[in-house]
Amino acid sequence: MSILPAGEIRKTLLDDRLQTAIYGSTGRLVGKRRESIDDPVAAEFEAWRTHANAIKRHTIENLDYYLEELERNIVKRGGKVVWCKDAEEAAEFVRRLCREKGVRRIVKSKSMTTEEVELNHEVEKDNIDVVETDLGEYILQLAKEKPYHIVAPALHKTRYDVADIFTKTLGVERETVIEKQTMIARRVLREKFLTADLGITGANFLVAGSGAVVVVENEGNARLSSSAPRIQIAFAGMEKLIPRAQDLAVFLKILGRSATGQPLTVYTSFLSGPRWPGEIDGPEEFYLVLLDNGRTKVLQDPAKRQALYCIRCGACLNHCPVYRKIGGHNYPWVYSGPIGAILSPQFHGVTRDPWLPHASSLCGACGEVCPVKIEIPKILLELRRDIAEAKEREGEDRVQQLAFKAWAFVMTHPKLWSLALTGAPYTMPEAENGWIRSVPGFMKIGPLAGWLSQRDLPAPAPKSFRRLWKERQEGRQ
Amino acid sequence: MSRDLILSSIRSSLGRRAGQPVPARPPVLLKIPEVPLARRIGQFCEALGKLNGKSLVAKNLEEARDYVAGLVQGRRAIASNAPFLGECGITSIPGVETGFTGRMALRERCATYDIGITSASFALAETGTLVMLSSAEEPRLVSLLPPVHIAVVPTSKLLTGLDELLTLLPDPAGHTSGMAFITGPSRTADIEQFLVRGVHGPGEIHVVLV
Ligand code: SF4
Repeated sequence: MSILPAGEIRKTLLDDRLQTAIYGSTGRLVGKRRESIDDPVAAEFEAWRTHANAIKRHTIENLDYYLEELERNIVKRGGKVVWCKDAEEAAEFVRRLCREKGVRRIVKSKSMTTEEVELNHEVEKDNIDVVETDLGEYILQLAKEKPYHIVAPALHKTRYDVADIFTKTLGVERETVIEKQTMIARRVLREKFLTADLGITGANFLVAGSGAVVVVENEGNARLSSSAPRIQIAFAGMEKLIPRAQDLAVFLKILGRSATGQPLTVYTSFLSGPRWPGEIDGPEEFYLVLLDNGRTKVLQDPAKRQALYCIRCGACLNHCPVYRKIGGHNYPWVYSGPIGAILSPQFHGVTRDPWLPHASSLCGACGEVCPVKIEIPKILLELRRDIAEAKEREGEDRVQQLAFKAWAFVMTHPKLWSLALTGAPYTMPEAENGWIRSVPGFMKIGPLAGWLSQRDLPAPAPKSFRRLWKERQEGRQ
Repeated sequence: MSRDLILSSIRSSLGRRAGQPVPARPPVLLKIPEVPLARRIGQFCEALGKLNGKSLVAKNLEEARDYVAGLVQGRRAIASNAPFLGECGITSIPGVETGFTGRMALRERCATYDIGITSASFALAETGTLVMLSSAEEPRLVSLLPPVHIAVVPTSKLLTGLDELLTLLPDPAGHTSGMAFITGPSRTADIEQFLVRGVHGPGEIHVVLV
């Protein structure tokens, strides 16, 4: 059972540079999303969300049917489907394929699913050169770090960090101009693309009726990974299904806007198997790795299985007052923020990181912005109940103690607490006539829980006292 | 085998039997607005312009050819095998090579030349998007490896948007092994969210609507 990484969180909170980076980046993403959905062409955004939710619900409720349909269609076009029950099986498949096909170099485009498998680490055991090609992921691979955010993996790195990393690992002269840093990466990675035997991509959607993998991106590295090498593997969690290509009309419109405020990302690849006879480029062999790795377990709970609707847009992270303070690396698994807080306990069992569902202010922002309308706050509450039940089963108070620690931690850290309050006017929809009927979640456990469950709190003023006081002090200097 | 294991545990979680049909799917949501061609052309150019892509509306084939010749001048370009490029006379512009059918030859040119010239199967007005269906005539790397991409597209291929495309091609997999949408120049914002163009794909894109 892992405990709250209080020391690490404290470090993040006290690191002003990091705080500015996280807050600034997520804030800009929030702004861009807003702008793109306020555009009149997106007037039906709410209807799209409702529709996307209905499609995902239908697909997940009939997942076995669509998986079989997908497989039939992929096989029909000469591709292969590899079903993997866990990370080991997936890694073992890739290592075996590399041995059989004599693969020496792999280019990879961004894929959170391969992060689950820690694929790079596995194939490196066989002395295979595996290279991340998304710029952010590449920087992190060189720095030996994990993604900080599901959409913007190197969100916490500044140009100076990148300069240090490139000088140290690539042996280039120190360069702090972002355009030039990008061109250094282009040059190094171009060489890798042209010499790789195998390209690995993720999958934003799997289209059952077409037997196709859909990948969206802005850089072109996923297109290159799937076009240049002679073998392609797409990695996907098996929940990524949608029934028909026509459903993409709605999903592509909500994904780009929710993630980065783009009506459509620069590249969308619709990949449906090996190249056809006569084609000059494209992969000769095409594999789809379908990963379970705990997903069937999540399916068991009818109320919480909606967590599998997630299209990994990152909007819930950007809008989360807790993520925006503690950042991505303090979450225990590859998925951070609100979606991480509901996925990790369902994948790994609620007692592994019992603090996680409590490290949320339940302000509701995540559920409000989720493009597929996952009821994240509701699932968080259910997980808290599960934790309490686990506590009873284990006949001991340890689980609750850990959860309480998270609560106490927030309450005793002025920076985090003040954030929860300053964030409140924007994110607390429940305030009616100046009273909040539903309080931030971390107040619902711990010693105040009973008291608060019977009372309303005054809504925070548009400017909190803390903020007014701070401004006053600053004004005096 | 994991396949059967996974499927049977999914079924037991969902309370379904093997081979059980599914209830009616939510209907497909596709809306095609009525937009006259002139307006579509305007939309396309505006959307692409916002992304820093360049566009030109050519009155005839010669004008298209002249524009492309002006861009190529003094540089080396590889053209795809799309017949429309031949019709425009683009393949006979000095500096433009075409007709590659071998994988290595094509790759080598795409990796070293300055410009890639293609046509496109469709273009989408709302978003300024090119729709590329890969084929022997239109290989993938021509619009991907060179730093500059020029696409020459007849206006008859200009659709309103994604919804119209998916109405025409309900299943793209029946037409190609790989379809790509290209919406503006390649870009990244991975360092400090600072926008840089041309990270892996072309940093410069010109679309000539004929
Ligand atoms: S839970 Fe919703 S908002 Fe969060 S990443 Fe997934 S789809 Fe996006």
